[in-house]
Amino acid sequence: MLNLAKEKLTEMFRKMLEIRFFEEKVFDLYAQNLVPGTIHLYTGEEAVAVGVCAALEKTDYVTSTHRGHGHCIAKGADLKRTMAEILGKRTGYCKGKGGSMHIADFSIGMLGATAVVGAGMPIAVGAGLSIKLRKTRQVVACFFGEGASNQGTFHEGINMASIWRLPVIFICENNLYAMGTHQSRVMNIENIADRALAYGIPGVIADGNDVLAVYEKALQAVERARKGEGPTLIECKTYRHKGHSRVDPAKYRPKAEVEEWLAKDPIKRFKEKLLQEGVLIQVEVQKIEREVAAEIEEAVKYAMESPYPAPEEALEDVYA
Amino acid sequence: MRKIAYREALREALREEMRRDPTVFLLGEDIGKYWGGAFKVTEGLAEEFGEERVRDTPISESAIIGVGVGAAITGMRPVAEIMFGDLTALAMDQIANQAAKIRYMFGGQVKCPLVIRTPFGAGVNIAAHHSQSLEAWFMHVPGLYVAVPSTPYDAKGLLKSAIRGNNPVIFCEHKLLYPVEGEVPEEQYTVPFGVADIKREGEDATIVATLYMVHKALEAAKTLEKEGVSVEVVDPRTLTPLDKQTIINSVKKTGRIVIVSEDCKTAGVSAEIAAIIAEEAIDYLDAPIKRVAEPDTPIPFSPPLEQYVIPDEKAIIKAVKEVV
Ligand SMILES: Cc1ncc(C[n+]2csc(CCOP(=O)(O)OP(=O)(O)O)c2C)c(N)n1
Repeated sequence: MLNLAKEKLTEMFRKMLEIRFFEEKVFDLYAQNLVPGTIHLYTGEEAVAVGVCAALEKTDYVTSTHRGHGHCIAKGADLKRTMAEILGKRTGYCKGKGGSMHIADFSIGMLGATAVVGAGMPIAVGAGLSIKLRKTRQVVACFFGEGASNQGTFHEGINMASIWRLPVIFICENNLYAMGTHQSRVMNIENIADRALAYGIPGVIADGNDVLAVYEKALQAVERARKGEGPTLIECKTYRHKGHSRVDPAKYRPKAEVEEWLAKDPIKRFKEKLLQEGVLIQVEVQKIEREVAAEIEEAVKYAMESPYPAPEEALEDVYA
Repeated sequence: MRKIAYREALREALREEMRRDPTVFLLGEDIGKYWGGAFKVTEGLAEEFGEERVRDTPISESAIIGVGVGAAITGMRPVAEIMFGDLTALAMDQIANQAAKIRYMFGGQVKCPLVIRTPFGAGVNIAAHHSQSLEAWFMHVPGLYVAVPSTPYDAKGLLKSAIRGNNPVIFCEHKLLYPVEGEVPEEQYTVPFGVADIKREGEDATIVATLYMVHKALEAAKTLEKEGVSVEVVDPRTLTPLDKQTIINSVKKTGRIVIVSEDCKTAGVSAEIAAIIAEEAIDYLDAPIKRVAEPDTPIPFSPPLEQYVIPDEKAIIKAVKEVV
């Protein structure tokens, strides 16, 4: 940790806060009936997206899921346009066509969030193949949940990335539950990382609530990928603070388990570490918190004041 | 008569058939005691029948259907749930190449009594991956039956027939219908496949509609009645087999037809019904066939966009007025 520049650490902390405050705001807006449809919040998993994206460059790619706001923000998406998309506004990234589950910003390598569980995996592999064919030094980070690792696309995708040695980093966000289904009820292994063995690639486990641990593993995988040595599967053990989606009270989770994980809050932990090691002092932390809160307010204001698309715009963009 | 919601009617059908026949079992994602199905259709069933017969599965749609096929050809009667109709795409090989063809290809040796329940339809702002109406995909595959119940009564009766039948059935539900209440008798009954229901009698024009569109058509018919136009609403209830005769008889009576369907217009449900009328009943028509369907776009997220693509009462009224 100490050999990372203060600037880098501060940026990571700021991004995590951006995600947290953003998601809390989305939750509030949802409660006020201002968010159409459904939402899947990233609260509690911030260290994963931020740790991984901190190891990437702007030109690298990511693919995302239904729980995608955090991936976008970590990759550097504009908060205003992200919020506007979630509210269904014309100024949103997808002109209101995508919404919460489908945000993309191709200008920063964010190749889009798919709501079909597991569908991002082969797409990430295809982007990896394209990198290889175009001979650039980019890499792809592919985010997905542990539930998605039971889809054929996971196995087919990783195998293909392995045989072709593609620069893809598979990031499994293991938050223990897929909707109400605990991991132990749908697989007879404890670590998703073990599945890497079957495809001949490294499978590593990271503490998904420790941003520096995630960063370190991601960096190693990125280096390996850039050298042409092929993909890595990184399993990040983490937990979602809220229910699966807007209406889910998550009664299927034991109270003690929830409390145990809340105590491991990735933001709280990182903040304490930064303070303890003297990277930041309290007033600096408070300043960042104020700045991020203001930024989020601005994003909300922008999104709220933006117009909805005109109905006929529904007919646009079907074909190129 | 007592009134219950569409989701409760479905649940009753499942419960009655599971009590009646020990070979009936359910499988799907989060259908068990921790969630009760994404739309709560199976709530309480795991408690009554146990996890052996109400099986939560991994997120593996292709395997869910494939497992259903394997169980169905070896003596069981599985009812699989695919959480959203759009996700049947992941299981399309098992549905279209395996379930649908296994009897024919093997010379009629085997039956495949597999029911696949899944919700279609837009209207709740969940965008392009969770809102489509894909019934026509399955109409295009010989060997599959396609049920499209619009009321709690039909939902219960058709689901019971589907489970007792000997063919693979795509049992299309609609997200917006789950809370809709309707009359359902206490005593047991079934609704046969291939028998349309006239949801409202009329003289001046026929509307053929399915699923949620039946309700919009009925609303439109009410409005039109005040304006002196008498509309008959025919609900096919199953698209395969399709009760052509009831539709044609209605056209004979009214001489005018408007087909309303929530799917995309091109090669959709309405296209097939229009073709049948053109082929078999054109002499009875006093006006061109009209179709009200979604434009050929994916379903957009934002409310004004989504509302724009879903056929509404106004569009139905306009179409009827164009033909009468
Ligand atoms: C192919 C597919 N099946 C089912 C669903 C419904 N669904 C949405 S999210 C989800 C759980 C996903 O769990 P996981 O992959 O672990 O991600 P998490 O939600 O925990 O982040 C399910 C079953 C879907 N969207 N796509």
